[in-house]
Amino acid sequence: MNKNKTLSILQYALLVLLALATLLPVLWVVLSSFKPQSELFRVPLTFIPKDWTIQNYQSSLRAGNFPVYFSNTVFVAVVSTALTVLINLMAGYALAKYIFKGRDVIFTIMIATLMIPLQVIMIPIFLQLKNLGMLNSLWGIIIPPAATPTGVFLARQYLVTLPNSLIEAARIDGAREHTIFFRLIVPMSKPIVATIAIFSFMWRWNDYLWPLIVITDNRKQTIQQALANFVGQLQINWSDLLAMTTIAIIPVIVVFLAFQRFFFSGIAAGSVKG
Amino acid sequence: MKAHTKGNFHQTAAPLLFLLPNILIFATFIIIPAIQGLRMSFTEWGVFTEPRFIGLANFSELLGDEVFWKTFSNTLVYSLFTVSLIMVYALMLAMLLHKNSLKGEKLFRSLFYIPSLLSMITVGIAWRFILGDEMGIINYLLRTMGGDGVRWLTDSKLAMVSIITVSIWAQAGYYMVILIAGLQAIPTELYEAATIDGSSAPRTFVSITLPLLRSTLLVVLVLATIASFKAYELIAVMTKGGPGYATKFIVQQVYQVAFLEDRLGYASAMSIVLMIIISLFTVVQFKVSGKEKSYE
Repeated sequence: MNKNKTLSILQYALLVLLALATLLPVLWVVLSSFKPQSELFRVPLTFIPKDWTIQNYQSSLRAGNFPVYFSNTVFVAVVSTALTVLINLMAGYALAKYIFKGRDVIFTIMIATLMIPLQVIMIPIFLQLKNLGMLNSLWGIIIPPAATPTGVFLARQYLVTLPNSLIEAARIDGAREHTIFFRLIVPMSKPIVATIAIFSFMWRWNDYLWPLIVITDNRKQTIQQALANFVGQLQINWSDLLAMTTIAIIPVIVVFLAFQRFFFSGIAAGSVKG
Repeated sequence: MKAHTKGNFHQTAAPLLFLLPNILIFATFIIIPAIQGLRMSFTEWGVFTEPRFIGLANFSELLGDEVFWKTFSNTLVYSLFTVSLIMVYALMLAMLLHKNSLKGEKLFRSLFYIPSLLSMITVGIAWRFILGDEMGIINYLLRTMGGDGVRWLTDSKLAMVSIITVSIWAQAGYYMVILIAGLQAIPTELYEAATIDGSSAPRTFVSITLPLLRSTLLVVLVLATIASFKAYELIAVMTKGGPGYATKFIVQQVYQVAFLEDRLGYASAMSIVLMIIISLFTVVQFKVSGKEKSYE
């Protein structure tokens, strides 16, 4: 009994220590973004800002195109997520609730595309987008990665478990196939829609490689691209950069706090079985 | 219309229409480019020049390309250390946090997961700020304790160590979540039986936990390895591959040769090497997932 207790105190101590090591870097960045430029590197450094200020946020919002990058990113993340949810749910439904020739082949090919991540086809993708006139267009970031093997897989796994009797009843009542999908299936798919939507949003918000390949026009860039460019400059304006970084972090933290339960179940379902 | 005995519905038009957007996208933006990439690897090709078939010349040039093999071995070293350390660390966290009995367990899980939410770009920026030679807080603390500053990102050996450490920091929480799910799937009766038999904690870990967690560990191994071979953003922000070629990885080299040196064919040959590695690991993952299903 005694031994157990000391062990758990040790465990706690270890966990607290590791949690601090995990969190302090993020907190350091966020807190530093509220320091005036003169205080940022002033020795002795202080963890908590002495003079709290939002001037870094004001100046980064005025700097260059940051508001444009922000709205580009919101547009891409929101539209992509809506598109991803819709087409993956449709595909998952087709694979879960119909019998047709070639179904298993299509499913296998879709899952097999996991073997070909963007990193290995950057060059032909670039040429393909060039041919289609999608370079330097936000749609070039939105459409190509919208169909995801994992999304199809999760949707199918979920929809297989829905009872067929409801669909049959609707058919007997004379409902058309698309009506069944939009009126019956979509409302019943809320949990999986939420899961796919959350992961899609997070991914798109954080993505760097797709925008890097598609966009060269300065006014079409996303936040992550802008951040990477900013940090690539010879003289980095850290005050502004830390404020922009914090702005880029806030949405993902908010989504996480609001939808925590979907995260852990989604990861488990998508990875262990995907 | 006829209903199938299983309740599934025989039809071709409706499901194909539902599948159409996905099929179009997969075909246009994955399958055709993949085939195109393979073809390109046998050509000499610039963005503005006509492709010219040159057989296996790109691949034979690749064999003698020191920079490519340097980035290849960098990627291997990075992958080996990052993946193995992530597995040990994530498993340790999962062992501490899977029981649903510790107070504050859920809070800890969320805290450890937070870095996984951040983009690799923001992670890189945060750590570059922290590890800066002159003005980073780590060197500041070292100096106030009487030590010397350390060139975390500008020393060729230390830069790799820093990148690996930051990668672990950024990703361990994600794999912890997967491992917790795996640990919670192990039937508790097994542990109860082990306790009754007087099995020690390390013994139980080796003879029950590890064998039953095998497939989950393998999934983590595969996912982390694939992620490590795709790594690009962190290096782009933290070291730009430097100093010299010390932290340059395959993806960055492909990007540079293709888009900065305009050698699309040659860069495609490099991509093929990367694709083969990633495919091998993905196949392992499919095998494991398939087995997993047959247990259910």
